[in-house]
Amino acid sequence: MTVTTELDQRFRDAAAAEGLLDVGFDVVDSPIGPLLVAATGRGLCRVWFRPDPEQQLDSLARTFGPRVLRSHATVEDAERQLDEYFDGRRESFELDVDLRATAPFARQVLGELALVPYGQTTTYGTLAARVGAPRAARAVGTVMNRNPIPIVLPCHRVVGANGSLTGYAGGLDLKERLLRLEGAML
Amino acid sequence: MMDAVPAIPPFERFYVEQSDVVLGFLRKRLPRDAAEDAFQETFLRALRAYDRLEHGEHLRAWVLTIAARIAIDTGRRTRPTAHELPELPVVDGRPAYAEIEHLAGALPPTERAAVVLRYAYDLAYDDIATALGSSPEAARQAASSGIRRLRSKGGTP
Repeated sequence: MTVTTELDQRFRDAAAAEGLLDVGFDVVDSPIGPLLVAATGRGLCRVWFRPDPEQQLDSLARTFGPRVLRSHATVEDAERQLDEYFDGRRESFELDVDLRATAPFARQVLGELALVPYGQTTTYGTLAARVGAPRAARAVGTVMNRNPIPIVLPCHRVVGANGSLTGYAGGLDLKERLLRLEGAML
Repeated sequence: MMDAVPAIPPFERFYVEQSDVVLGFLRKRLPRDAAEDAFQETFLRALRAYDRLEHGEHLRAWVLTIAARIAIDTGRRTRPTAHELPELPVVDGRPAYAEIEHLAGALPPTERAAVVLRYAYDLAYDDIATALGSSPEAARQAASSGIRRLRSKGGTP
């Protein structure tokens, strides 16, 4: 017997409202393609550019606990703010983030990254210096590459010392597109 | 060599895999609205207990056991003439299914599920087979070997 959309929705909403989820997620549309967005009770914890629920749900369960459920209510606010960002109507995100699964050095780097303003770029070396490890530019690059919450934590604003785009988990085209959207000088 | 015990899947996968079976099971026992309420309650209870599971084996039997318990409780609550019927004597204050679940606790998982679903929840072997992912005949054999094992241990199911 097939569960109706309404009954399915009712259960998902009740589960989220009762606070029973380790992680709620949904796949949301965006101008750069579908994104898998996930949040815990503490805040946004993952944004994936290429949704692959089969593998990504396992990753969420391993990291945050097995009670992983698709729940639009959990990511509604993040989706709205992302929409506004892609429309050019939002320059900063007002979202809590959950970085508990991130190692202390990476968390520190991501904290500095969050302060890089809209429409501006910085370099791996500068970011390294800001966390008191001026020679750790390469390690900062690795942290950017593994950024669990791209776009919201703006690793697209970090470029090489010579101004080259260097790399991006979502592809260099996307990095350039986000920087152009923000009106950054390239 | 022993087979690896299946890992606990993310709840989303478990829910998608079991939801149609659970709803079908409840619709056989309850009117539509009550079945839908029971469906929601079944998965909320499963979700509350989910992070305490130790492995991902027999998840269908597990969730149908929860559904069966809720169906029985709902049936009791909603039967319109229930308050006019004399109370049945309850020997030690516990419902029969709690007693059987307790007794069956030490059985191997398949036999335990078959015994509990058959004798505590009065499920037909077709339904038990669905729960265990086996044939009705295999379900019947699992229930009867479980009962034999309990008797040989001096239990009195």
